[in-house]
Amino acid sequence: MKRILTGASVLALLATGAFAANTSITIGDQLEPPHLDPTAGAAGAIDNVTYANIYEGLTRFASDGSVIPGLAESWEISEDGLGYTFTLHSGVKFHDGADMTASDVVWSLNRARAEDSTNAQKGLFAGIESVEALDDTTVLVTLSAPNGSFLFNMAWGDASILNEGDDIEALKSKPNGTGAFVFGNWVQGDSITLVRNENYWGTPAILESATIKYISDPTAAFNAVMAGDVDAFPTFPAPENLPQFDADPRFTVIVGSTEGETILSTNNKMPPFDNPKVREALAHAIDRQAIIDGAMFGYGTPIGTHFAPHNPAYLDLTAQSNYDPDLARALLAEAGFADGFTTTLKLPPPSYARRGGEIIAAQLREVGIQTEVTNLEWGQWLEEVFKGKDFGLTIVSHTEPMDIGIYANPDYYFQYDSPAFQALMEALNAATDTAERTALLQQAQQMIADDYVNGYLFQLAKTGVANANIRGLWENAPTQAADLTAVYWVD
Amino acid sequence: MLRFTLKRLISLALSLVAASVVIFFTIEIIPGDAARLMLGINATQDAVDALRVQLGLDQGMLARYLSWVSGLLQGDFGISYTYRVPVVDMVQGRVWVSLPLALYALLLSTLIAFPVGIIAAANRGSWADWLVMGGTQFGVAVPNFWFAMIMVNLLAIKYRWFTAGGFPGWEDPMLALKSLTLPAFVLALPQASILARVMRSALLDTLSEDFMRTARAKGRTRQGALVHHALRNALIPVLTIIGLQFSFLLAGAIIIEKVFFLPGLGSMIFTAITQRDLIVVESVVMLLVFAVILVTFLVDITYALVDPRLRRRP
Repeated sequence: MKRILTGASVLALLATGAFAANTSITIGDQLEPPHLDPTAGAAGAIDNVTYANIYEGLTRFASDGSVIPGLAESWEISEDGLGYTFTLHSGVKFHDGADMTASDVVWSLNRARAEDSTNAQKGLFAGIESVEALDDTTVLVTLSAPNGSFLFNMAWGDASILNEGDDIEALKSKPNGTGAFVFGNWVQGDSITLVRNENYWGTPAILESATIKYISDPTAAFNAVMAGDVDAFPTFPAPENLPQFDADPRFTVIVGSTEGETILSTNNKMPPFDNPKVREALAHAIDRQAIIDGAMFGYGTPIGTHFAPHNPAYLDLTAQSNYDPDLARALLAEAGFADGFTTTLKLPPPSYARRGGEIIAAQLREVGIQTEVTNLEWGQWLEEVFKGKDFGLTIVSHTEPMDIGIYANPDYYFQYDSPAFQALMEALNAATDTAERTALLQQAQQMIADDYVNGYLFQLAKTGVANANIRGLWENAPTQAADLTAVYWVD
Repeated sequence: MLRFTLKRLISLALSLVAASVVIFFTIEIIPGDAARLMLGINATQDAVDALRVQLGLDQGMLARYLSWVSGLLQGDFGISYTYRVPVVDMVQGRVWVSLPLALYALLLSTLIAFPVGIIAAANRGSWADWLVMGGTQFGVAVPNFWFAMIMVNLLAIKYRWFTAGGFPGWEDPMLALKSLTLPAFVLALPQASILARVMRSALLDTLSEDFMRTARAKGRTRQGALVHHALRNALIPVLTIIGLQFSFLLAGAIIIEKVFFLPGLGSMIFTAITQRDLIVVESVVMLLVFAVILVTFLVDITYALVDPRLRRRP
C-alpha cells in the first residue's frame, strides 16, 4: 500500500509541474480541423488554428471586426474603383525561409479563383479580373466591377497568401505561412502545437508555444478546464457551465459577439410558407427572449433581421416581429389557417438548434402550428435540408461575416426569390462609398424583415473561459479565429 | 491439429469477404456528401463538384468497391476524404492508443477477476462469496461513462492525481501509461466483474466432477485440488470470455474515449461518420472485423491447446 501511495504522490507532482511554465498556453477547441489549408475548406476549425497565427492575407480582421492592413502595408484605389494597388511589407519570409513577394500574391489569388479551385468561399474572388505583380512588393488587382467589400473579402482566412509552387497536398498537414507562429506538431485526434516564429516580420508573439487540444464532449471540456489541463477554452460548448466558472476566482468568463445570425429558416417555396401572411404569423409566434434564456442560458442578443448587431450599419427591427401570439393567430386565420397546420422542424446537432427547437415547437403549438421535430446530424442536414430543400422549418446559425448576400440567391436552401432584393445587392456590390453602402445595407435589412423571409432569433454569443491570469484573447469573433499572437500571462 | 487450423483459416477468409461486402454497401447508403461537409453551406456548387472529382466521389459505387477491395489486398487502405492522408497513417497513430488501452484494461480485468473468482469459489456461501457476488453485481450494473465521470471529478479535479483526459503520446512512456490508467480501470471494472462471476461458476462446476473427488482422496487439500486440478478445467469458458472482451475493448471503448478525450480508434470512427469520411469508416471497421476474427481464431486454437480432445473433433 505504501508503494502505491508513493507512486500516486509522484504522479501528483508530475501533474503540478505542468503549470509552472508561463511562456506557453494550452487552449481547448471542440472540433479538430480536417487539415490545415484555410484556402481549401470551410471548417472553422482550420481558421481557429491558422488565422493570423500561421497564415496571413493582404488585409486582416482586428478583434473588433474592422479591416486593417496585413501583408499589404498600404493600398491605393483607382478613381473608377476597379484598380487596387497593394504595397507589400518588404522582408517578409515564409516559415521555410522563402521570401514572400508579389508573385506569391498573384499565384495565391489566381489559384483561389481558378476553374478547378476548391476554395470554400470562391465567391470572394469572383469579381477579380486580373492580378499582376508590378514589382517585388507591388501588386495590382483589377476588378471587373467596383466592389465595396473587396478589402473585407481579402481579410478572410480563405484569402490567405501561400508560397508560390508549394506542394498543396503537403501543406494540408504541414502548413507554410508567414505568421507569428510556425506549425510545430500534430498529434492527430489530440492536439496541434504551434511554436513562435523567431524571424517574424512584424511584432513577434509573446508566447513561446501554444497547444490547441481537441475535446469534443462538453462534459469532458468542463472537466479539462476544471482540472487545469487546458488554460483557456475560447469557445466553450456548454453555456450552462459558465456561471460555475464565473463564481470561481481561478477563471474569467469571456462573453463577446460572433457573426452567427441564428435563424428559424423557413422554406419560402413550400406551402403554406409561400404565403407572406403565414411567415409573418410565424415571426409573431416566437418569443426570442424565452429561447435565449432557455436554450442559451441568457447568452445572445435578439435580432430582427439577418445582420450582426455590433455592425455600425445594423438596424434594430426586433419590434417589427415582437412576440404577440394573438396577432399570430389572427394572421393565420386571415391566411386561411384558423385551425393551424402541421409542418416539419429539422434540427442539426448544435445545442442552440436542439434546445431552441423544443422551445420553438412549444411556442408554435400555442398558435396552432404543429411541428414534427426530427434531429439530424450535419451530413443528413446538408443532404435533406440544404441540398434537397425537403423541410418546412429548420434552425441554423449562419456564421459567415456579412452574409446578407445569400438572400440574393433564389436557389439557396430557404428559396427567397425577390428581384428587388437581388437588384439591391447588385447596387451594394457596386458601391464603394461608406455612407451609400450603409444606406443600401439598411434597405436590405428592412426588406427581408418586411418579407418575413425567416424567423430571426438571436446573434450567437461567443462564450469562452480562461485562466484568470491570461490576457490578450479575442473577446469577439469577427471571423472564426483564435488569434494567439498577442496572448500573454500575468502573475 | 493442422487440419483443424486449416479449416479455421478457410472460414476466417470467407468471413472477411462477406464482411467487406456488408460493410461497404451499408456504409455507402448513409446520406450525406463529404465534399459539401468540407466546404460548408456558403460554398459554390462548382467548388463542391471540383472537390468531388478530386476525391473520386464522382465514380460509381461498384467501381469504388472494387478499387477499395483491391487496395485492401495490397495493404492500401485508401486516402481519407477529409484529412487527405493515407488511412493507414491515421490508423497507426490511433492503434497505439486503442491497443495498449485494451490490453491494459484486459490485464487489470484479469488481475482482479482471477483471485476474486477463485476466493469466491473456494469459500462458497461464506461472507467473502456474498461480498464478491454483490460487488460484481454492482460492477456490471454501473454505467461505465457515469463511473468515469465520477473518477474524473474525484481523482483529476479534486485531487489532481491524474489529468482529466487526453493522451500525450508515447515519447514519455510513464506519462502515457498514467494517462491510460483511469480509462483502463473504468473499462476493466465491468469486464472484471463478468469475468470473476464466470470464473466462480466454472470452478464450482468442476468442483463437483469425479476427478476432484479422486484428487481429494489422494490427499490433496481443498485449496490444492482447486488450484491444480479445477483451475485448468475451468479455463475454457474463461478464455472464451477474455477473447470476447478483448474484441469489445478494442472497438467498443468509444464512450470512454469520448469522456477522456483519447485519440483512439473508436473516436476516430465516430468523427469519420459525422464527417462522411466513409473510406476511413469502411477501412477501420474492416480492420476491426479482421482483428475480431483473428482473436476468435486464436482463441479456437488456444482451446485446442488447453483441451486436447477438441483437436480430434470434426
